[in-house]
This record gives sequence, C-alpha cells and structure tokens, in this order.
Amino acid sequence: MNWLTRLIESPRAILSSNDTPEGIWIKCNGCNETLYNKELMRSAMVCPRCDQHLRISAAERAGFLFDEGFEQRDTELRSVDVLNFKDLKRYKDRLKEADKKAGEGDSVRNYLAHIQGTLISASIFEFAYMGGSMGSVAGEKIVLGMERALRRQCPYLLVCASGGARMQESMLSLMQMAKTSAMVNQLHEHKIPFVCLLTDPTMGGVSASVAWLGDVIIAEPGALIGFAGPRVIQETVGSKLPEGFQRAEFLLEHGLIDAVVDRREQRAYLHTLLGHLTAFSYKQHH
Amino acid sequence: MAFTYLEFERPIAELSEKIEELSRMGSNNTIDIAEEVEKLSKKRDRLIEQIYRNATRHQISQLSRHPDRPYFMDYIPLLFDDFQELHGDRAFADDGAIVGGPARFGEHTVMIVGQQKGRDTKEKLKRNFGMARPEGYRKALRLFHMAERFGMPVMTFIDTAGAWPGIDAEEHGQSEAIARNLMELAVLKVPVMCTVIGEGGSGGALALGVGDRLFMQEFTTYSVISPEGCAAILWRDRAYAEQAAEALKSTVKDLQELQLIDTVIPEPKQGAHRDLETAATMMKAVLHPALEELLEMPLPTLLEQRQQRLRNIGVFQQHS
Repeated sequence: MNWLTRLIESPRAILSSNDTPEGIWIKCNGCNETLYNKELMRSAMVCPRCDQHLRISAAERAGFLFDEGFEQRDTELRSVDVLNFKDLKRYKDRLKEADKKAGEGDSVRNYLAHIQGTLISASIFEFAYMGGSMGSVAGEKIVLGMERALRRQCPYLLVCASGGARMQESMLSLMQMAKTSAMVNQLHEHKIPFVCLLTDPTMGGVSASVAWLGDVIIAEPGALIGFAGPRVIQETVGSKLPEGFQRAEFLLEHGLIDAVVDRREQRAYLHTLLGHLTAFSYKQHH
Repeated sequence: MAFTYLEFERPIAELSEKIEELSRMGSNNTIDIAEEVEKLSKKRDRLIEQIYRNATRHQISQLSRHPDRPYFMDYIPLLFDDFQELHGDRAFADDGAIVGGPARFGEHTVMIVGQQKGRDTKEKLKRNFGMARPEGYRKALRLFHMAERFGMPVMTFIDTAGAWPGIDAEEHGQSEAIARNLMELAVLKVPVMCTVIGEGGSGGALALGVGDRLFMQEFTTYSVISPEGCAAILWRDRAYAEQAAEALKSTVKDLQELQLIDTVIPEPKQGAHRDLETAATMMKAVLHPALEELLEMPLPTLLEQRQQRLRNIGVFQQHS
C-alpha cells in the first residue's frame, strides 16, 4: 500500500463531501471513485470515470458556462419571514444558515454574461441554498432576469436545480409559479429566446412552472426531473417505478425535453443554439 | 341522507340526535318537551356558531375536504343553465377529474371548468379522487382557448388535493401541462374568475387558478402543500399535521391578510356541507356582480391589470 492508496482508503474525515468541492478529494456518487478535485474541475465536475454529473454551485456553473468577465446582478434581494414560520427550526434561522452555507443571494443567482461572445441574461438556481427552493426572492429574481433580457434584447437562460416551492413562504411561494410563468408571455411577444437547462434535481413547483416553458429545454445526463417526488409516487401507486424513471434520458424518450447535453459540451451547444434562435433569416417576420 | 361528522363536529351531532329523539317523543305532545326542544335547538345554534367560527386552521383544512362537502357538479345545476359537458384533450384521453363546458350564468354564456372528486367509490375511481392528470389540464386549456375564441368569460372551480402523482402522469408531462396553463391563463383574452370551493391543493389547483379574480368560500383552504405532506417533510412525521397547518397559514383569513384573494364567499353558518342550496345562493351573490364588473372592462385594461397582479406577487427586502 503506497501513500496514495492509504490516503484514499483513509477515513472519510479527510474526504470532502460533494457539496464542498474546495477539498482536495471528492468521492464520485456515481462510481464511488475518489477523485482529485483539480482533475474534476478540469472536466466541469463530471466524473472522468463514469460521466456522473456531480452537483455544483451556481458560481461554479457560471464559471463553466460563461466567458470570463461575467457579472452577478440583483444581489440586493433578501427573503422575509412574513408568516413567522417555524417547523423544527425557525425560517429566520434557516435563512441565516443558508446564507452562511451557500452565500447571500437566496436560491437564484442572476448574471449578465457572454457565452462564446453571445450576450445573455441568466438565472442560475443555487441548490445548496435551502434545496434551491423558490420563494418570493427566487420568483422576483427570475422575473428580473427576464426583464433584463427584454431590456438588453438578448436571450434568457434559466438553469434549474430545485426541490420545488419554498414551504416556509407557503402561498406566497406557490404564487411564484404563476408570476414567473406569466412573464414568459412577454419573452414570446418580443421574440426573446428562452432556454432552460434542467439539472439535478428539478422538481415540484419549479418543474411545473417556468422550468418547462423554455423555447428549448435541455437537461444534464442523469438529472432527476419531475413534478412529484419518486417516493410520493411510489407510496401513491404502490408499484415499482420503471428503470430510469424521471431521469433526463427517460424524459427525452417520452418527448418531454429537446435534448440531453453533457456539461462539457453545453457552452458550445448553447452558442450554436442561440445563434439559430437569433438569426431571423426571414427578415419580414421580425 | 346520512351525514358524516368529523371529530370536532361530534358535539353538534350528539345534540342533533338528542333533539330528534325528543321531537319524536314530542308527538305525544307535552309542553315540557316542546320547550326543551327549543332550548336545545338554541343551544345547538350557539354550539355551531362557536365550533365553526373558532375552528383552528387544521380543522378548517379538514372542513375543506369534508366528505359531505359539495363538489363542483353539485353546484352546476344550482348556479348555471344549459351546461354542456365537453370531453377529452383531443390527444390521449378524457380525464374525469376535470369537468368543463359552456353554460349560462344568468344572461351570460361562460365557460366553466372545475375539478370533481366523486362521492361513492365508483365515482371516486372515475374521477381519480379529483386529482387530474396532464390530460385533464390539457382538456381545460382546450376549453380556455375555445372560450377565448368565442368571447366567453372563464369561471374555474378549484377542489383538489393536488395533481395526480402517478407514473403515467409523469410520462405524459404533468409539469409541462400545469406550467402551460399558468402561462396561457395569464394572457387569455377573456375575463377569468377562479373560485376555491374546497381544497386548493398546490400546483394542481393553481393550474386552474390564474385569473383576474380569486374567490374562496369561507371554509376552504389554498395551500402550497397539504398539512400532512408538509409535516412529513419538515417534521419528518405526518402526525405533526396540526402544527404544519398552523405554520402554513392557508385559511381564507390568512390569505386575505396576505392580499392574495379578492373576496371571501360566505357559507351557511354550519358550512356548505350542511346546506348546499344556501351555499350556492351565497356563491352566486358574489360571483354574478363580479362577472358583470369584469365584462365592462376593456380588454387592454383587463390584461394589464392581470399582468400587474401577477408581477407584484411576493414579499422581500432590498438590501443596499
């Protein structure tokens, strides 16, 4: 046993978990291989052994997708505990914890960025922030992202990673589904291309609203995407779920999304796609 | 008809039984019994008042899905004339959980669409307990578009535990179907009025719930998740439903405070489930003038107001 194998087989303490990629070593949750973080970063946090797409933060996503020099926007919005919600913990405390864990700015981060030279307005869900749940701030930021696209006359990209509505904001969060979906009509009216990239996981209220309204919807390999959670469905129907149920490839087969795109190809894919959607070869139409 | 009584309604049921028993004896007519019956009836009225007006959030949530509560199709003959049910999504199936078609509301032709739960076992299965599949939402959308084409205002009636969480529903795009309705209703070029008549269960309810006005009957709820579902996730135990119901604040009073609903439709004092006809009359008294008002509104104003209404939902802080 050399020093390396000893290190790899040593207790978990020195291994970082999947949500803290700052560590040196990361264990792939697909093939259980222990991987060198730097190597993983070079492959956009996709396991070079089994192609598992590891969950990443909004900031890492921005780094992989955008050209250098992108800027974050709408950072000043903060959630409010309107209902004074308390389950096992207070919502106020959950927000503080999430701020510490995932950075302030709630579960959606907005950017003005370029993808291989094409200007876009983008909103990226931060899953580490309370499971990417959509409350008032997330809804508002998505709308602001769309309004920025309208002002700048550039495409709008939405990258989803969310467990659904934020229960701690109760009906205010449910209504964000209506708010964000309604806004898509304005993108249509002004012929602003709207592309959704669904990543692991995209569920519930986010899935059943703005995530499914893009002109083009692409997903990352293996991502869990659906309305109801697999456990709820299993309990309701009482039968075994089909192989690969609610995974990106399953959705593609059922005609529900346009394409499954490997994270390492997404930049090039989006660049070409946005080129098509903004070409307007038939000028009379515009 | 045999009534079902919830746990907290038991005292009313017991008193009612007593009154009935005494009344039967009263046919042998002694004045004492008549007096006693009247006394007990008054007591029952006070009890009803007390129990329903002071119902906790969890109790109201149970009332909203009371087994005796009137369903959409119970109201149709009392509110509308000449209803013609139209079936199917023109693509895959006819979903019995959603019922819809044109009807006359007073002097106006409207498109009515609502969820239907089903009363007995056979109908419950036919209606899938009021939990719609994507086909149901697509049928609804087809009817919304037809309404737009022929200038019919849309009236939706919401009563569902939620959209159907099934394998088939996911395979046919439950998320897409709900999302599309949210988007299309936001710009539908006719007035849209939505009324919660029982359980407003999450996204499955919202898919019929985007419009110019949102009404709720007094003992209904509209919630992002059921108290039981919320308890299972946040408390990791469904037994905490009562605490979850308190935390979620999904009753009519709560939602009025959050300014998410326009008008509360009052119910008979012991609830719509004990007096359907009065409940229908009270509903019509709110919905009819509201429709008249919307019919007067020019289309650009109607759409602008609907858009502003949706744009402004949410409460947050701006940090500098």
